[in-house]
Amino acid sequence: MDLSFGPEYDDFRSDVVKFLNNNSDKAPKGGDLRGEQAKDWQKLLIENGYTCRTIPKEYGGFGAEPDIIKSRIIGEEFSKSRINPGLGGQGISMLVPTLLEMGTEEQKQKFIRPTIHGDMIWCQGYSEPGAGSDLASLTTAAILDGDEWVVNGQKIWTSTAHLADWIFCLVRSEPDAPKHKGISFLLFEMTTPGIEIRPLVDMTGVANFNETFFTDVRVPKNQIVGERGQGWQVANAILGHERDTLAPPNTAQTRINALVELMKTETAGGERLIDNPIYKDRLMKIQGRVLAMKYNDMRVLSSRLNPGQDASLSRMITKLQGTELRHELEGLAIDIMGEVGLSYDDNPHLRGAGSWQREYMYYLGLIIGGGTSQIQKNIISERGLGMPREPKIEKNAV
Amino acid sequence: MRFGLSEEQTLLKDNVNRFLEDNVPLDKVREYADGGSDASIWQGLSDLGIPALLIPEEFGGVGLKPLDAAIVAESLGHHIAPGPFLGSAVMAPFALSNSPDGFAELLSAIATGEHRVGIAFGEAIARRNQASVNAKDGKLDGTSLFAFDADADSYLVADENKNMFLVSADDDGLSRSNLTTVDRTRRTVELTYSGASAKPVSTDSSLFDRTLDLGRVMLAADTLGAAQSMLDQAVEYAKQREQFNRPIASFQAVKHMCAEMAASLEPCRAMVWFAAHALSDVPEEARLTACHTKAHLAEVGQFVSRTATEVHGGMGFTDLLGLHYWFKRIGANRQWLGAPEFVRSEAAILQGVD
Repeated sequence: MDLSFGPEYDDFRSDVVKFLNNNSDKAPKGGDLRGEQAKDWQKLLIENGYTCRTIPKEYGGFGAEPDIIKSRIIGEEFSKSRINPGLGGQGISMLVPTLLEMGTEEQKQKFIRPTIHGDMIWCQGYSEPGAGSDLASLTTAAILDGDEWVVNGQKIWTSTAHLADWIFCLVRSEPDAPKHKGISFLLFEMTTPGIEIRPLVDMTGVANFNETFFTDVRVPKNQIVGERGQGWQVANAILGHERDTLAPPNTAQTRINALVELMKTETAGGERLIDNPIYKDRLMKIQGRVLAMKYNDMRVLSSRLNPGQDASLSRMITKLQGTELRHELEGLAIDIMGEVGLSYDDNPHLRGAGSWQREYMYYLGLIIGGGTSQIQKNIISERGLGMPREPKIEKNAV
Repeated sequence: MRFGLSEEQTLLKDNVNRFLEDNVPLDKVREYADGGSDASIWQGLSDLGIPALLIPEEFGGVGLKPLDAAIVAESLGHHIAPGPFLGSAVMAPFALSNSPDGFAELLSAIATGEHRVGIAFGEAIARRNQASVNAKDGKLDGTSLFAFDADADSYLVADENKNMFLVSADDDGLSRSNLTTVDRTRRTVELTYSGASAKPVSTDSSLFDRTLDLGRVMLAADTLGAAQSMLDQAVEYAKQREQFNRPIASFQAVKHMCAEMAASLEPCRAMVWFAAHALSDVPEEARLTACHTKAHLAEVGQFVSRTATEVHGGMGFTDLLGLHYWFKRIGANRQWLGAPEFVRSEAAILQGVD
């Protein structure tokens, strides 16, 4: 056991802290993707290597060698200071890493710089009404017509489609191939004629998702990532990326600390809720689970730093355990407040700016999204424990 | 940064596992459960140097750390091995080597495995049935319930005020009677003192607390090993057992039970490692982590032991497979040295909430 990162990293951490102290006034407060302040802040962060750190300079990034510990220190210090960590979104977190791995030189030159600088916003076109957990059964069709793909079909859960400039989209280009081998990965502009977007309001009351309809959308032939029929591999590389970021243990730490504070101030019948033995026991139970996930995460980090250490199962269970845990943690905060915990929007009794209810519901969304808990359990039992797949049912058997 | 076991620790684990695989098969456990002796097992572990692990080199020990002991505890739990490890190799050596009174001679006898020390701490944690230990002028009166290791040569006894004493098993003022429990892989006793000679070990409540923390982390490690074994057995059984013309391991209902066990149990490994490491190297987090690790492993252990039994169907309920030995051992670990609700309440107190 060696839990220290060493003096080099202590220096690095103090540089990050110094930067944050000196520049916090420049950071945008809200989540506006388009604002000039957000873009200026992003530019400053890239110049200092605090975001897009390992993206090569020639594509507009900082160009550092990958260093897991430095990336982690940056994440920890930004999260601790609650200062905006730069632009997020699926273009930066998912498409850019994929282009770096699978894109052509021309695609890298064209897309990465504007994406990471906030000039090109992306949405993801994967799920369809008939293709959720069974994503590979997607039917949105792309047929090559001369130098263009002609796309027809429907996507759902397209986050920020209404704000996006471009979409990265899975389409069925080889209808006669086996289902995993008939998919291609296309990039196209959201202003292309034939695209219709309908907002989809979620249970938190926000319309972040959309239904997106394609009718004879014409896409230049070269706007494909990877080869024809290779889209499934491209998409899976990205999904692995997504799952790692869904339930980070250090935010669970922050939330349980906030919950302890809440229980110290909230009262019922004049008694602080933290002094109620039943609620206190529920709190301690969850704190124990938060700690277990924290150490699990340290083990995962260590396995990435030390070749030969295996933490594949630890990593495989993170999404399942992390999202379920957050949902329960936020739910306990609501329970200790009773009817006050129901407050929402403009209610004058609102606590934590409504974050407890919002996160409670949001994490239910994450239990379902990014591979449902049930799909996670299939993955854990099959890849982690070596249990056999459920026998396939022939299409016409039922 | 390296979070995990060193090469030496992996080697230690392999050595202990090899010994247990060869010498403590289920039949050996059954023999002990039916009234046999654990002497040969303890002798074998002593030959491997296990009782000497935590004893400082100046007293003839190896001077290793709690994490090394936790690795052994995990293996013992995995193989549901009988023996006095918890008291004689972990808690007593720690308390005695940190005692202001010299126990040098005794420690060297403990290090070789020839002297076994049992633990009677229940009355300092949560007294049951009005049992209490009263010390006066170097003599003890009263009762300790569910002390562990029925074959100990002496007992480390704590009273309600966390004072610790050492009482010889053959003292005229001590009588002990077996207390049968569901867990037949280890034996507990009731100790009755009537003017038993008690050698003071410590009046420092923090030494008691640290000894207790260490014991709790070992029980958590034991549960980790036992639960992992139950999960492994369940997965293996599900792959073999066929119903409806297919292995039951291919049914999602069964797969998801196993996945849930793995998802709960895997983080426990990192938690036990950290908790054990913290006892020696991260003192400011040690107490809280020990409490949480004891309680969390109690909960996960209960879930895994129940679910793994269910995966085995009717066979899990029988004596034929012997799965119930693991189930009961995990159940005993849950109650010993503080049931989870008590331990969590201690965790709250440690954070200034009481």
